[in-house]
Amino acid sequence: MFGNLDFDVIRRALPYLFYEGMTFTLTLTFLAALGGLIFGTALALMRLSGLKILGRIAGIYVDFMRSLPLVLVIFWFYFLVPYIGQWVTGASRPISVGAFASSLITFIMFEAAYFSEIMRAGIQSISRGQPAAASALGLTYAQTMRYVVLPQAFRNMLPVLITQTIVLFQDTSLVYVLSITDFLGAASKVAQRDGRLVEMYLFAAVVYFTISCIASYGVRRLQARIAIIR
Amino acid sequence: MIEISHVNKWYSPTFQVLTDCTTNVTKGEVVVVCGPSGSGKSTLIKCVNALEPFQSGDILVDGTKVNDPKTNLPKLRSRVGMVFQHFELFPHLKIIDNLCLAQEKVLGRGHDKAQAKGMQLLERVGLKEQAQKFPAQLSGGQQQRVAIARALAMDPIVMLFDEPTSALDPEMVSEVLDVMVDLAREGMTMMVVTHEMGFARKVANRVIFMDRGEIVEDAAKDDFFGKPRSDRAQKFLSKILSH
Repeated sequence: MFGNLDFDVIRRALPYLFYEGMTFTLTLTFLAALGGLIFGTALALMRLSGLKILGRIAGIYVDFMRSLPLVLVIFWFYFLVPYIGQWVTGASRPISVGAFASSLITFIMFEAAYFSEIMRAGIQSISRGQPAAASALGLTYAQTMRYVVLPQAFRNMLPVLITQTIVLFQDTSLVYVLSITDFLGAASKVAQRDGRLVEMYLFAAVVYFTISCIASYGVRRLQARIAIIR
Repeated sequence: MIEISHVNKWYSPTFQVLTDCTTNVTKGEVVVVCGPSGSGKSTLIKCVNALEPFQSGDILVDGTKVNDPKTNLPKLRSRVGMVFQHFELFPHLKIIDNLCLAQEKVLGRGHDKAQAKGMQLLERVGLKEQAQKFPAQLSGGQQQRVAIARALAMDPIVMLFDEPTSALDPEMVSEVLDVMVDLAREGMTMMVVTHEMGFARKVANRVIFMDRGEIVEDAAKDDFFGKPRSDRAQKFLSKILSH
């Protein structure tokens, strides 16, 4: 069955696949996770702030983002951002935004909706006595969040946050709709060029699978370690 | 030092938790608040540093009105130490860092100075060796002593205790009470919600008895234990002193 497959095409494409493709994928994953976490935490704080209007805005945002397929958001965002930029700045022509910037912003906004729900659960898992004790010591609301509540919420939720990041790592492959050369995009390009679709897509699957598996295993180890500390 | 006058608090329009509570704690005084569970004593003590809001009446701490929206609450609270039933140490911080956090972030003390103060207080409650551990590695009694040290690190003008021994195993109660007795004898102003009548007998100046959100009895210690005037207080005392 594998008789007429040429696996040497993979070896020859390795530098391109990893230096260009994987570097992009990992950069996008890392930056989107970081931005998503920061923005998501802000959304979670808005939802829990007790100010109805802030909570409402954050709630609508999260529900909206979670009700759309990611690939559609990526697509729409890429075509809409130039016009939004034009409208905001009042420029005469649509402002060109690079594919990387566009996809990064999309992922940050999309992931923020998911990270915010995780952080909200994390903040709510902290007993009410903790912020009370911090307030009783004279810490302000911001200090209480920064030094007492968020560090604990983040630590409690770390395994879930990383698991979500693994999903994000796989989802970044959707940037192919913008013809970006991420890892899958690179594999796809080589596959088309050399007519070796089976080999390249098989290899891409193995790479995604291996990385995600190792990361998941790492999460389980981490969970066990955190369980001991607490 | 603490003046509570005509405080009323409702959780809902039909459910009143505090009814016209009026009392005071003067400088150097130790006042014990007791009463059956659900009588509002914890709620009352939490009103003193505004952890619980109340709808009418006034509370003044060292001349500052707690329920005035213009009051800088963090600043006021930093001068009022509070010890909770469930300790509420910060589990992600080492013991010494639990003592340093508010000193540095609220009082603006330098790290070295805060550390020195923290170690000195840990030594005082007999836990200097535990400074580098995390709260979960300590027993309940040890955690509560750390919580007292953490409150003292802020140089409070008054200390509030909200059932500090209720969550402890019986054999750990005395180690915490010993620290509190020492504190009382040094002249610290204290308001203590507790069922430990032995502690009240030893160091209290006055005892307040609450029931159903009302201050039923507010008497000097000897009067209270001698012959409480109200039936409810008599019943309560006979129940908790009978065995």
